Amino acid sequence: MTDVAIPPIELHEAPPASPPIEIPDFEIVPRAGLVFAAVAAVALIAAIESNKLWPLEFLHVSAGAAWTIIDLFLGLVLGPIMGAMPVPARIQFTTRLMPKMVVIMPIAVTLTLAAGWQLSTHLGTNLTVHPDHGWVVASMIVVGVMSVIALGFLEPANIAVLIELKKPRPNPEVIEHLMKRFVYSAGVLGLMQVATLVIMTKLGSG
Amino acid sequence: MNERKYPPVTGIAMTSLGLIVAGGIYLSAHLPQHVPIGPAVVLLVLSALLMAYNIYSLTRVKDFPWDRFFAVAKWSLLAYLVIAGLIEYAFLHNHLRGGPLVVLTLSLLIFAIHVPTLLGFTVARYYDPEQEVAGAPAA
Repeated sequence: MTDVAIPPIELHEAPPASPPIEIPDFEIVPRAGLVFAAVAAVALIAAIESNKLWPLEFLHVSAGAAWTIIDLFLGLVLGPIMGAMPVPARIQFTTRLMPKMVVIMPIAVTLTLAAGWQLSTHLGTNLTVHPDHGWVVASMIVVGVMSVIALGFLEPANIAVLIELKKPRPNPEVIEHLMKRFVYSAGVLGLMQVATLVIMTKLGSG
Repeated sequence: MNERKYPPVTGIAMTSLGLIVAGGIYLSAHLPQHVPIGPAVVLLVLSALLMAYNIYSLTRVKDFPWDRFFAVAKWSLLAYLVIAGLIEYAFLHNHLRGGPLVVLTLSLLIFAIHVPTLLGFTVARYYDPEQEVAGAPAA
């Protein structure tokens, strides 16, 4: 990949004589990642079709763990670090991290939800008579709220910041605004994932 | 930054998504037993109305950069149709039929249209033609 140097952007916070901000060349949606996502989608269809405990549990637990840990780590560890980084360093980091998130998060969430629903049907925990039914409904509510925040705030900010960085003259103010939105949403989602951990460990313990 | 005034697309889209998520949770919490679909239908209709209003309000924005909007929305529509299809497949595999299937399918359709609308809008609202010219000042 080649690096592109753009001239200094003359805005309120950027001094006129600041050095050019280096923006690495990047793909907004990495094509190699789409192959991984397609393989995961096929694995999901096969697991649901087989309706066997191990493949369903494997996909639900591994994708759910990835979703939870990424949200927790991004929201509570990486987010504050990114917020404290100087703008050029943040751009370098963002152009490497965010395209991967564009592919990883939607497929991880889809695997978790679809395999989780099938697993719940297989185990009978989605039946109203099951003693753990209340916990399953609680997990749906937490996931529902997280989905609305992720789809309404986090994902659009993620895509928009990458497209802004692809422009010949990216606007630092827009990047700053969208990054703040991304980091705050990730923080809220990270905190909500603690509730997911509580519910899932309770369900796992019986 | 682009200081143009836009309708509250993000807030309306999140409310619309919240309504179909609530309807989906309501149905999923009762399935596979019989479930009265009335509340889910009301939530679905309200969500659909909000989505229609959102799209209508965007068409009323003067000089809205639709090419930018569709450049993002068309690919995300494809992605979210695939995601909605995978979730629908899980329901179909469990022999979901009748009213609940129709409500959940339409809810997934709203989800698959409204999320790309939101993505396209967020990108298009920050479009500034001057930024496309190398050397021109940003903002």
